[in-house]
Amino acid sequence: MELVQIQRRLVDYTKSLFMEGFLDAQFLQLQQLQDDSNPDFVFEVVSLFFEDSEKLLNELTIALDQPNVDFKKIDSHVHQLKGSSSSIGAQRVKNACIAFRNYCDVQNIEGCLTCLQQVKQECYLVKNKFETLFRLEQQIMASGGSVPTIELGF
Amino acid sequence: MLSGQEDSKNVLCARKSGKGVLAAPFRLLKTNRLGVILTFAVYKRDLPLNATPTERIQATDGYLGGVFDIESLVEKLLQQLASKQTILVNVLDTTNQSYPISMYGSNASNAGLEHVSLLNFGDPFRKHEMRCRFKQKPPWPWLGITTSIGILVIALLVGHIFHATVNRLAKVEDDCHKMMELKKQAEAADVAKSQFLATVSHEIRTPMNGVLGMLHILMDTDLDVTQLDYVRTAQASGKALVALINEVLDQAKIKSGKLELEEVQFDLRAILDDVLSLFSGKSQDKGVELAVYISDQVPQMLIGDPGRFRQIIINLMGNSIKFTEKGHILVTVHLVEEVIDSIEVETESSSENTLSGFPVADRRQSWKGFRTFSQEGSINPFSHSISLIVSVEDTGEGIPLEAQSRVFTPFMQVDPSISRTHGGTGIGLSISKCLVNLMKGEIGFVSIPKIGSTFTFTAVFTSGSSSSKKYKSQQINKMSNSVSSEFYGMRALVMDPRPVRAKVSKYQIRRLGIHVEVVSQWKQGLSSIRRGSNAINMVIIEQEVWDKYLNNSTLFFDTLEKIDYGTPPKVFLLSNSISSSGANISTGVCNMTVIPKPWRASMLAAALQRTMGVGNKGNPCNGQLPSLSLRNLLLGRKILIVDDNNVNLKVAAGALKKYGADVVSATRGIEAIELLTPPHQFDACFMDIQMPEMDGFEATRRIRDMEHNINNRIHHGELSVEAYNNVSNWHVSILAMTADVIQATHEECLRCGMDGYVSKPFEAEQLYREVSRFFQ
Repeated sequence: MELVQIQRRLVDYTKSLFMEGFLDAQFLQLQQLQDDSNPDFVFEVVSLFFEDSEKLLNELTIALDQPNVDFKKIDSHVHQLKGSSSSIGAQRVKNACIAFRNYCDVQNIEGCLTCLQQVKQECYLVKNKFETLFRLEQQIMASGGSVPTIELGF
Repeated sequence: MLSGQEDSKNVLCARKSGKGVLAAPFRLLKTNRLGVILTFAVYKRDLPLNATPTERIQATDGYLGGVFDIESLVEKLLQQLASKQTILVNVLDTTNQSYPISMYGSNASNAGLEHVSLLNFGDPFRKHEMRCRFKQKPPWPWLGITTSIGILVIALLVGHIFHATVNRLAKVEDDCHKMMELKKQAEAADVAKSQFLATVSHEIRTPMNGVLGMLHILMDTDLDVTQLDYVRTAQASGKALVALINEVLDQAKIKSGKLELEEVQFDLRAILDDVLSLFSGKSQDKGVELAVYISDQVPQMLIGDPGRFRQIIINLMGNSIKFTEKGHILVTVHLVEEVIDSIEVETESSSENTLSGFPVADRRQSWKGFRTFSQEGSINPFSHSISLIVSVEDTGEGIPLEAQSRVFTPFMQVDPSISRTHGGTGIGLSISKCLVNLMKGEIGFVSIPKIGSTFTFTAVFTSGSSSSKKYKSQQINKMSNSVSSEFYGMRALVMDPRPVRAKVSKYQIRRLGIHVEVVSQWKQGLSSIRRGSNAINMVIIEQEVWDKYLNNSTLFFDTLEKIDYGTPPKVFLLSNSISSSGANISTGVCNMTVIPKPWRASMLAAALQRTMGVGNKGNPCNGQLPSLSLRNLLLGRKILIVDDNNVNLKVAAGALKKYGADVVSATRGIEAIELLTPPHQFDACFMDIQMPEMDGFEATRRIRDMEHNINNRIHHGELSVEAYNNVSNWHVSILAMTADVIQATHEECLRCGMDGYVSKPFEAEQLYREVSRFFQ
């Protein structure tokens, strides 16, 4: 595919992610922090996020499986996840975390389990989206082009 | 006497009644006056009171009769009573009502008041009356009349006065009310007008910004040359419109008194560089030379409102550009103190001794009326305030004499045709005047038609750098200063016959730290050139000199070839025309770099770097590199970030690194305490609140306790201050990072010793803003 076409596809794809609520303005901030002295910044941060979130989700699954559910621990894990997801701009994950915390506050196990499923689902979805995004970027870099910056009229 | 019928009747009556009986008045014989006889019966014996008449008749012995002279009787009585007034008395016998017999007094007419009194002579059968009246009519009581009339008149007058006053008061109050109403209406109309203006302007500005933004994006896409040209034109118009709207908004703001000046640190020279570059295009098009000179005594950094200061200068320069077709526009900035001293000296300024050789209006006339200068010795040497005086001098058309008084009136232009030919609304100068007044300065001008105008204003700022700053703050510089270190110590030779212009060139070159020698005759510089890089590293030639002498001069090129030591100096040409901008003109041996005018230090630096290969890579031509300057904003600052979440840590670190800071990360509160134990090199710390083991509040509290402890011990001499980097009051700025503003409120942050907070997720700019507050 031609370079221009790939670039346009990347732009459209990124825009769609914003439209569908997968990403929010914080992601733009992240992109701005990436420059020549820090060329892989976004990739590194996102990878770190997925590492961390995998660990947290495992912990959460184990914690909710216990006969005596320790809601405090669950709350702190969900808080962590919410913090990281909002730092990188993963909006839907963050919103799922907020719902999770609410159920945690009222100590509703059923609700917590449902939310856990939802958070896992959202993480999985956004991970796929990011993978596609990075693949497109790599294609562009390989063809010698530069990744176009997105300017949205927020 | 005692005869006649009547008399006998009287006598008999008297005998019967035992009382005195009066006879009818008759004329007395002798005197012929009226008289009466009173007859009494004399009885033989005492009779009881209830005796019958028969008994009385029987007991009568004889009669006693007295004659009364009425006249003398009355007169004697009267004399006792009313001796003063002339009273007329009439005594009448009114026994017979219809025929009263006058006994005394003349029968004068009954004019006037009569007082009637009954007289009782003791005779029950007869009635007598006395009628008295004043002889003369009472005179008119003139005094009384006059007095009462007078009082009446006075009362009337007073009443009239009261009435008139009350009426007048009522009328005036009425008028006043009406005026108040009208005034309120007028004020409301004025406010409404200003608000309307502001709202409309704001409403216009928003879509205008949208249009400009879109044009900007459009410029980045693929366009051919024509399309690019169209877009540029559209952009220029859009920008002009936005500028106009901003002016109107400013006017409205000033009128409503809502204009406030900022107090930030800024670099005056950088601002004037910006302004210079703003107008460089227009001045090149018109062939007008633009130059800026700032005196060395003006400090590097000032505290004030840079935006508004820029606005004033842009306004004045914009006006100059509009109305100048030839010659030059020179902006100079001095300290007021410098200029005051020179006022006394009557320098011989020939009209030829100007930047471009064209005559100018004498700037000293423009500040003649300034009050700052008339107050001798009012400048307090101990205050930190800096008074600057800025002049914008041009060789344009000048302002016609009859229009000069209206120059600062808003919406006034010299000629209605001006706005058609030159554009503009005419508010610029009035806004500038208001801004200058807000900066506690004055503005004035002198203008000679067909010669030019010079506008001058003063402004008061405070000095930007105080001695208590840590040395690291010197490293927060704009690019020009970081560049200057590279050329420090080099030497330059400037060939320019005009001293004023040479002064400007000298100022710009010296900003780079280069020593400057000026020659007005090019031949004078030959010996320096000959000595090569031992004497000078570069030769800077004004276009004028080049065109006149050097272009075809073999001597010059020969000298450049035959140098005694080192490398030949680099040659730069300061050119007026754009056609040769950026080009390297090679004329035989020497490669000349052309620097287009208006030029400034950064342009020279860029040219030097290109030719000498010195300095940062990737410095573009005109020295505009926003990301580079961003990178320097926190250069040299060491900042600690504490967060248990790796992702947050990385993002925050990335954001601060973007500004050039030196970032250290920690994931636990305990680590933070260790790292922030004095002595340490950290300038600031961002601390997450929600952390397991030890939260941000606790960590901060412990750090503050530790600092307090150590500070005390240093003060008491238990610890040596040298061991602690010579700092005796340790207080590292700690800012909280909170995800939840409710959980970690501002008060709580302050209570445990924090200095500020940012909320997650944060923007890079937000982080910079908060942390740079502590680096001012």
